[in-house]
Amino acid sequence: MSAKSAGGTLVNSLRRGFYADSVALMRIARALGAAPGVLQASLMIGSDSNKALLADSGLLAPASRAARADDLVIALRARTPAQAKAALKTAAQLLAGDRQAADTAGTQGVPGLGVALETLPQANLALISVPGEFAAREARRALERGLHVMIFSDNVPVAEEVALKRFAVSRGLLAMGPDCGTALIGGVPLAFANAVPRGAVGLISASGTGLQEVSCLLARAGHGVSHGIGVGGRDLSLEVDGLMTFAAFDALERDPATKRIILISKPPAAAVAAKVIVRAARCAKPVVLCLLGAPAAKLPRGVRMARTLEEAALGAAAISRTPKTATPRSGWIRGLFSGGTLAAEAQVVLMDAGVAVRSNAPVPGATACAAARGAAHTLIDLGDDEYTRGRPHPMIDPELRMAELRRVLRAKDSAAVLLDVVIGYGAHADPAGGIAAVLREAGKNAPPVIASVTGTDADPQHYARQVETLRAAGVTVAASNAAAARRAAQCVRAPRVAAKRSARR
Amino acid sequence: MSAKNLLGRAPRIVNIGLRAFADDLAGRGVETVQVDWRPPAPGREAIEDLLARLGAQSKRIDAANAEGLKRLLAGDPVLTDVVRAGDVLPGLGKHVLLHSGPPIDWARMCGPMRGAVAGAIVFEGWAPDLKAATQLAAGSGVQFHPNHHFGAVGPMTGITTQSMPVMVVENRAFGNRAHCMINEGLGKVMRFGANDRSVLARLAWLRDVFGPAFGAALRRAGGLELSPLVARGLTMGDEMHQRNVACSALVLRALSPHFAREVGDGATLAECLAFIAGNEQFFLNIGMALGKSLTDPLGGIEACSLVTAMSRNGTDFGVRLSATGNDWFTAPVEMPQGLYFPGFSEADANPDMGDSAIMETIGLGAFAMAGAPAVVGFVGAGRASDALGYTRAMDGITLARNPKWTLPPLDFQGVPSGIDVRRVAGTGVQPAINTGIAHREPGVGQVGAGVARAPLACFDQALMAFAKTLGIRA
Repeated sequence: MSAKSAGGTLVNSLRRGFYADSVALMRIARALGAAPGVLQASLMIGSDSNKALLADSGLLAPASRAARADDLVIALRARTPAQAKAALKTAAQLLAGDRQAADTAGTQGVPGLGVALETLPQANLALISVPGEFAAREARRALERGLHVMIFSDNVPVAEEVALKRFAVSRGLLAMGPDCGTALIGGVPLAFANAVPRGAVGLISASGTGLQEVSCLLARAGHGVSHGIGVGGRDLSLEVDGLMTFAAFDALERDPATKRIILISKPPAAAVAAKVIVRAARCAKPVVLCLLGAPAAKLPRGVRMARTLEEAALGAAAISRTPKTATPRSGWIRGLFSGGTLAAEAQVVLMDAGVAVRSNAPVPGATACAAARGAAHTLIDLGDDEYTRGRPHPMIDPELRMAELRRVLRAKDSAAVLLDVVIGYGAHADPAGGIAAVLREAGKNAPPVIASVTGTDADPQHYARQVETLRAAGVTVAASNAAAARRAAQCVRAPRVAAKRSARR
Repeated sequence: MSAKNLLGRAPRIVNIGLRAFADDLAGRGVETVQVDWRPPAPGREAIEDLLARLGAQSKRIDAANAEGLKRLLAGDPVLTDVVRAGDVLPGLGKHVLLHSGPPIDWARMCGPMRGAVAGAIVFEGWAPDLKAATQLAAGSGVQFHPNHHFGAVGPMTGITTQSMPVMVVENRAFGNRAHCMINEGLGKVMRFGANDRSVLARLAWLRDVFGPAFGAALRRAGGLELSPLVARGLTMGDEMHQRNVACSALVLRALSPHFAREVGDGATLAECLAFIAGNEQFFLNIGMALGKSLTDPLGGIEACSLVTAMSRNGTDFGVRLSATGNDWFTAPVEMPQGLYFPGFSEADANPDMGDSAIMETIGLGAFAMAGAPAVVGFVGAGRASDALGYTRAMDGITLARNPKWTLPPLDFQGVPSGIDVRRVAGTGVQPAINTGIAHREPGVGQVGAGVARAPLACFDQALMAFAKTLGIRA
């Protein structure tokens, strides 16, 4: 089952009927990647989409084409056949260790939803994080059993999403997600979320990191969140047509704990945006809309529009725009983001400051680009599909961003480096530590690094400690992602044309 | 339940997928249950959809299953007598042979079963020798029926004929009776397809000497209560399928005085007691009649998805459900995985066979492996510590733990009982069965022991038929 090619020896090993979750498999793949002589390693269940991924990266041996979704494919390429063989052995040991750890863990899992509901008959919500191609099935079953669902999985086909959400609406249930890994229900953070106090603000968000940033800014300003409903990254698209956004409006409007509502999204489809504005105007509670990068629109009474996440959370008045003294440098801003919505917010802030930006996930007005290089200010979303296909999200595994960070720190034309650091449940245990380690390697001539931390002191990683770690490494830590972007704008010589932006409103 | 309810109450969460999320939630004190999700095997989508549709009637099914469980756990089996099979099994007359497993005809019978059939025909005197017996059987000169259709069970080939002595187990909670022939011992025996002179001579001795003595001893003892005996045996390391050392000894201890009172001749008494003492599997056949007596009261409960029988004839595996009554759902038997006696290998082995999977049906055998670490080595199932894993896995497909039969290594939790066809089909976890392995040729006997798996296809069919009784079509 091995084939020699230009890139060393490819070996695949198939384990029939073996399943481990993707996080466990990625962790093992990373450990394997560090084994002697291993050039590439991947462990995946043999679903069609995974086989395509493996084939794309030249890791699929012909014998593995017959693998099924209930098989595990161990694929690796090593310099020599002996090293490949040794790595396969290591993989078997790591898998056995992982299985043993799962077997001896305190909480024993149950085999299916039916048994789960016998174990916990009062269950009211299913949190679903199975591979995307199976997520809709699991979600539908949970809805059929009367559970609300939160789909953490991504890669759920949009047609399935629409069908599921219609079904949920017909049953009076919420179907949160997919592609938005955050929710806060009754003070309980689900999946990737932060520990924030309960309070009067209800959040509706089509963006995971957007919800995290707003809830953390509220928390650090002394406010609390009643509920944060993550409606899914595509909910305000034409196809999905705001199905869950409107359901969330209804739910929060009825919820006595919620006194005001903030809606967070990247720019929606125009037709859907119009409906959202109408719904917001009809709402019995005050509503702030933060549709990052959306063009200004005429707003009915009772609806306010916030330009940034920061403004949505704190209000325009609370934001200090006093320019800090910064020595402008020549060169370009290099933004490396783990949160897509934080990258979008930074683009909005920079453009409002008169800085033209490029991004792999451009908001309206920004230019598309592929990577953080070239003669332009570039803000890259490293959580975008092109970077996360077959590998962990940068919020879980900071390796990819650390490699990019080393590169932009070395580049002579980097004027400033802009980072987000997202902590909370689900996120890496110490993202600031990794950044600090890279900065210590970099010389004194490295460009300034500006960052913000999305999190609270109640999070497992502890906000203040993450900030301290960054500051000790020489990072300028701003109070919010928007403030960090403003600070970056001051680092570059920019025509000061945007000062009068507020006059538009 | 409405969206308002979600926001108005503390969330209680079913986490399907990444375990880390469940750990985070549990760490925050949120009530959470983790589902260890696995991808559906290709081709099982239809079954999964059917299960989802059955979800709408889960209240009704759960209530019926509760009734089934109640009956199963309330059973009070007592070994009362030993009698001539033809006298108590109506319809078991001349030229009728009962066999293990679902119905099968001569043409499809495996080697060992053919061997046992030929031996039994000679034993009954319906043919002068094995060759003539084989001709009689092949030429449709005899009738074949499953033991299960006659209120009986039999290990391996399970061949039962009219003049054989059968033990009677009465379930005193319900008044029903079940029967099984006496275990012949190890080595060359009819249940493994052996049929030579020594095999037939032993059967004659059981018929003429041991059976009557055993029956008399039981009658004098006023019967032998089996449920406490099984409970005792479990704490002594038996799982009652491949290990019956303790239970056999307990039977001998309880009945020896009664044998002594009933058998006047010292030499015969010694022969009888030595026969029990020399057969570590003596209790298996008692346990099987016990199992049948416990499961029969579960038959025919409307909307009850509990399995009432698992059985194999060496060719097909058959499953019966409560709601579908006497119907069999069959699929080809699988090969047991196990260890072979010196000089034999898998090439010599016959596929899985016998009514003895009734033991697993009531939560013993492989289901009780946690209590019998010595068996794990015997059946080649891994390390002693792996025994717990077998029982835990069977927890996932059963609905209760039997409070009467507890397992010390699992902190005295009961054996997993009440196999729910929905759970087997839904999880794809195949019931495990501890089994002896017969030689594939007639007349040789046992060549090893191992663990067999009940084929999933039986449960898929059973589920479809079950759904049909509730008006749901696949």
